[in-house]
Amino acid sequence: MTAAEQPGDVWDRRVASGLAFLRRRLAGDYEVDEFGFDPELTEAIFHPLLRRLYRDWFRTEVSGLENVPTDGAGLVVGNHSGTVALDALILSTALHHEHPAHRFLRLLGADLVFRMPVVSEVARKTGGTVACNPDAERLLRGGELVGVFPEGFKGIGKLYAERYKLQRFGRGGFVSAALRTGTPIIPVAIVGGEEIYPMLADIKPLARLLKLPYFPVTPTFPWLGPLGMVPLPSKWLIEFCPAIPTAHLTDSADDPLVVFNLADQVRETIQQTLHQLLERRPDPFGP
Amino acid sequence: MTPGGSASPPGVVVVTGVSRYLGAHVAARLATDPRIDRVIGVDVPEPTPEVGGLLDRVERVRVDAGAVGGLLADLDVDTVVHLALVSAPDQQHGGRAAMKEQNVIGTMQLLAACQRAPRLRKLVVRSSTAAYGASFRDPAVFTEETEPREVPRGGFGRDILDIEGYVRGFRRRRPDVTATVLRFAPFIGSTADTTLTRYFSLPVVPTIFGRDARLQFLHFDDALEVLHRSVIEDHPGTYNVAGPGVLALSQAIRRAGRIAVPVLEPGLSGAVALARAMGYGRYGLDQVDLFVHGRVVDISRLEREYAFTPRSTAAAFDDFIRAHHGRAVVTREQLAAAEQLVLDGIRQVRAAIGERS
Repeated sequence: MTAAEQPGDVWDRRVASGLAFLRRRLAGDYEVDEFGFDPELTEAIFHPLLRRLYRDWFRTEVSGLENVPTDGAGLVVGNHSGTVALDALILSTALHHEHPAHRFLRLLGADLVFRMPVVSEVARKTGGTVACNPDAERLLRGGELVGVFPEGFKGIGKLYAERYKLQRFGRGGFVSAALRTGTPIIPVAIVGGEEIYPMLADIKPLARLLKLPYFPVTPTFPWLGPLGMVPLPSKWLIEFCPAIPTAHLTDSADDPLVVFNLADQVRETIQQTLHQLLERRPDPFGP
Repeated sequence: MTPGGSASPPGVVVVTGVSRYLGAHVAARLATDPRIDRVIGVDVPEPTPEVGGLLDRVERVRVDAGAVGGLLADLDVDTVVHLALVSAPDQQHGGRAAMKEQNVIGTMQLLAACQRAPRLRKLVVRSSTAAYGASFRDPAVFTEETEPREVPRGGFGRDILDIEGYVRGFRRRRPDVTATVLRFAPFIGSTADTTLTRYFSLPVVPTIFGRDARLQFLHFDDALEVLHRSVIEDHPGTYNVAGPGVLALSQAIRRAGRIAVPVLEPGLSGAVALARAMGYGRYGLDQVDLFVHGRVVDISRLEREYAFTPRSTAAAFDDFIRAHHGRAVVTREQLAAAEQLVLDGIRQVRAAIGERS
């Protein structure tokens, strides 16, 4: 008896496809790309888990999805926040869940992410790779949607008092990657990430001891132990801004003036959009 | 340069390392090519019985690399294929010290002899993708231009860096010689016997907790093809040679029907050191680094210049599994049978509940 003989039985099909998934996983019958991305596992395990957080916990609202290309490369540049980089995961959930083409976002992470066991494995399997120009350009040439947070640890590790103030954008390596490959840059503003773990203080000596970029003190961490790891249920708004084309600037990838101006334009766009979104959300923990 | 390179078949070819698996196969293959006048195999030890039969048509000379100089001049050798590398220390043959002696000093002496050989036109050197080292800041995919960010901890990786350094020096001093460096991914295939094939033949395979390395393999027959073409055609430069595509370590272990046992990385490094000190185990820090960082290379230069694409990593690994299938712990058929059994069981239970209500 096969599932096709009982078209009405939803549960039978669910059980059968679940078992088939398990068998494929145990037999190693799946594809992994050269960066270690495992689309089957990401779609079946990670995205459903993140969707709970995205929809039920953070009540995320997304706008401007029409600015994200349906196919072909794009460089999504966002503001970074929240002590723990949950914003990157929520952003990739938004794109996969809400975008008509259900696009996977290929995140570029700090090398610290790839130093840590388990975390590095999950990062690679869900499509992430080390933030460096060779990888970014290779992904963009392959027509992928790449996500980058140029503020890095300066963004996620800032104190709550500085929330929604964009930090410095580094050397603009992301701009030269986009220019070299002629990829449009899509600035994205994310509101809600700053309130999930409001960082009140940073214990620098402890951070140095543990070789971390910062050691956060929040209203709940480290006081409540593991319970302090639960993110506060802030209201999230994500807006994708109009894409900035770069195809006409391919020759200027090494021109520092062009790179800095473009990085500044992206930064200003995100900052202004953040202010607009914050006006739309007077209560950080509203409905 | 035209794809496939210009053909300039050599007259007299010297192959080093013919007493070992790769060298013997390459020498035997070149000896059957009518375009080549003479193939001379050079090595110190007697060939192992399993490869001895291959060398019937190969002239053998038992000298070590340091004494090759006279040979090159006397026999008007125009091509040298250097394959005499040891990838893992063998405790019965001097361990790591002998390995380094053979890899580094052997290459240095051979290249010195090559430099003085007036008729030499071509040099083909076996290297490894270990040349890229291992670092957490590494890009996911290495092109031939990628510089290693950190010197590898493993002996083989360090030897490879030294060997490539000597070849760079040789290129500067003899620009008239076509020098080809082939950075091979780990070999695999139905008959190849390497550290990695033995690893995947263990019933219970130790892996590193929280890491799932991306691996690439090269089918042994494709390695022979690329080496053969390097001798017959002209391909100056350095080339990555690997099967396209990637297998995750966990995925490879599952495909081989083995069971992975994750071990904490500091513990594993210690266990490796202990096993080495006690005189057994060919697994070293080279393997630990590979399994922590993974290693994937770009082969577009090879495809362009040689007009040849090796079979994919997955296909090469499948060939290895088919040859070693008998010893699998969990087979695909068992998994499929278990799936059907559970599915039927659930259906029966649900049908029974449905009838009762």
